[in-house]
Amino acid sequence: MIFSLFGLSVLVFVLSRVLPGDPALMLAGPDAPKWVVDQLRIQLRLNQPLYTQYFYWLYDVFHFNLGYSTLTRQSVTLDIIQTLPASLELIGLAAVFSVTGAFALGVVAGRYSYKWPDNIVRIVSYVGISIPAFVLAIIFQLVFGLWLKWFPVQGPGTNAVDQVYHMVLPAVALCLGGMLQDARIIRAGMVENKDKDYILMETAQGLPERTITFKYLLKPSLIPAITVMGLDIAALLANAFLVETVFNWPGFSQLGIRYMLNKDLNGIVALVLVIGIIYAIANILVDIVVAYLDPRIRLMERGE
Amino acid sequence: MRIRVIENLRNFSTRFDLKRKWYRFSRSPLSTIGLVISVATVIIAFAAPFVAPYPQHAGLFTDFPHALQPPGSTYLFGTDEFGRDVLSRIIFGFRYSLMMAAVVLALVVPPGVILGLIAGYYRGTWIDTLIMRVADMFIAVPPLVLALSIAAVLTPGVFNAMMAVSLMWWPWYTRLTYNTVSAIRNEYFVQASEVMGASSSHTIFSEILPNCLGPILTKVTLDVGWVILLGSALSFVGLGAQPPTPDLGTMVAEGGQYLRQGWWLTIFPAMAITLIILAFNLLGDGIRDIFVEEAK
Repeated sequence: MIFSLFGLSVLVFVLSRVLPGDPALMLAGPDAPKWVVDQLRIQLRLNQPLYTQYFYWLYDVFHFNLGYSTLTRQSVTLDIIQTLPASLELIGLAAVFSVTGAFALGVVAGRYSYKWPDNIVRIVSYVGISIPAFVLAIIFQLVFGLWLKWFPVQGPGTNAVDQVYHMVLPAVALCLGGMLQDARIIRAGMVENKDKDYILMETAQGLPERTITFKYLLKPSLIPAITVMGLDIAALLANAFLVETVFNWPGFSQLGIRYMLNKDLNGIVALVLVIGIIYAIANILVDIVVAYLDPRIRLMERGE
Repeated sequence: MRIRVIENLRNFSTRFDLKRKWYRFSRSPLSTIGLVISVATVIIAFAAPFVAPYPQHAGLFTDFPHALQPPGSTYLFGTDEFGRDVLSRIIFGFRYSLMMAAVVLALVVPPGVILGLIAGYYRGTWIDTLIMRVADMFIAVPPLVLALSIAAVLTPGVFNAMMAVSLMWWPWYTRLTYNTVSAIRNEYFVQASEVMGASSSHTIFSEILPNCLGPILTKVTLDVGWVILLGSALSFVGLGAQPPTPDLGTMVAEGGQYLRQGWWLTIFPAMAITLIILAFNLLGDGIRDIFVEEAK
């Protein structure tokens, strides 16, 4: 994990320096006299070899100095501090929706497999997995925002309750695809385990059905679902870029899109780095949860 | 975007008994629907100038007296803010989407698979470490984020969007192939080939590769949908195809500004994207099922 973050930093750095476009020229503007550009180039150490530049850059990154944004006219670190919380709130709410929804739908579909609840979940999830998040976001805006007027169309709220109210539509648009995919994985696990001998034995012993469903069917089905949730986090982080733009949510991802459209190199580099770090942390958490749930891994580490 | 996981690599059958596979495939209504829709979109995309009711509306064209007409008999899906027929633009949009998918996959699959084969064959050596570490590097960030960033550093446009998507998509093929090769690396037929003194290129391409085709083929089909999704997402934020290119993502984005005046501007392109992705997902699931079930 540390290694891939290091590799990522090299990749991002190379990307920002090798590809066409002169950062000094971009910072100074097209009308700047040549001596200004030259001086800026020396100031930004662009005249030095690439690996020297990389180490200077890495040194800066470890001191939380990600450079100056030409778009917002302030330091990128400050930008991140100002906008990241809004994004994390939205992604957090989406993750909560995603997990609860996936459990509910998955258990219902698995319990009533091959009956009508299962069929409905299956058809909905086929379509839901195929709809891109930004398409869903716009459709939600149109249907629930403009036509039915149930939810506000854009922007942040004024107080805590209003904020959550404003987050409902974007969060659902953000998480729906991943939620449905997880539901199908939980369902598949439950259906697979249904035919196992230990379930037959428990049924024969007269255990209540609820105990069987939740304790013995659901639990082993959770492990593959949670493993896949690592990928869902990637989906949430990525789709946030589109959904925040649609709903004009003042988060880091929307700022990221503005960085990109303005070719703000420092901003783009910081963006990829921050997303990479969040993703890495999320994946470590998923690994820990899986290890905790799977008795084979949990007990092995205790040496039993 | 979501990456579809292909589970149960060991269950993939390796036999190419086409007749049998086709029988299995055609038994499943969902797979058949997927096949029919995806073939239909490909045909429509190829024949776009003949199928579209107003082919000249695809590019720069203005007819302000007929701007923002609701769907009706003249304009089946209505017209946009410049008076262009939405249906015609969607049909030409299929062209861009499918072309993008074809180009990206053609650029990505061969190198990705070959790198995966090599890394899997030389498992445990420095070659394996090098290739897989570089692949991990690209996978350390969600694909869309990296594609957006690369597209942003380059100049926005259809070509650069394809480059950006290709640049971050190959590691998924390397990983998939690597895992598949790992599963069969120590099978007897591979060992036999080595013991008999076959060259490593023979062992890799004639013995191992044919046994990896099932998962790869499945992923290629599923990826048509995802590449289209990524491409339209790039266009949607303005880093892919630029107006007046009739790209589905661009159309949804432009329509988003006219939500109050004309819902049809957004809804129809949105449905078109969903339909095409759904079709290739169903097709991919069908292909996976015929490979997996036969092996049971």
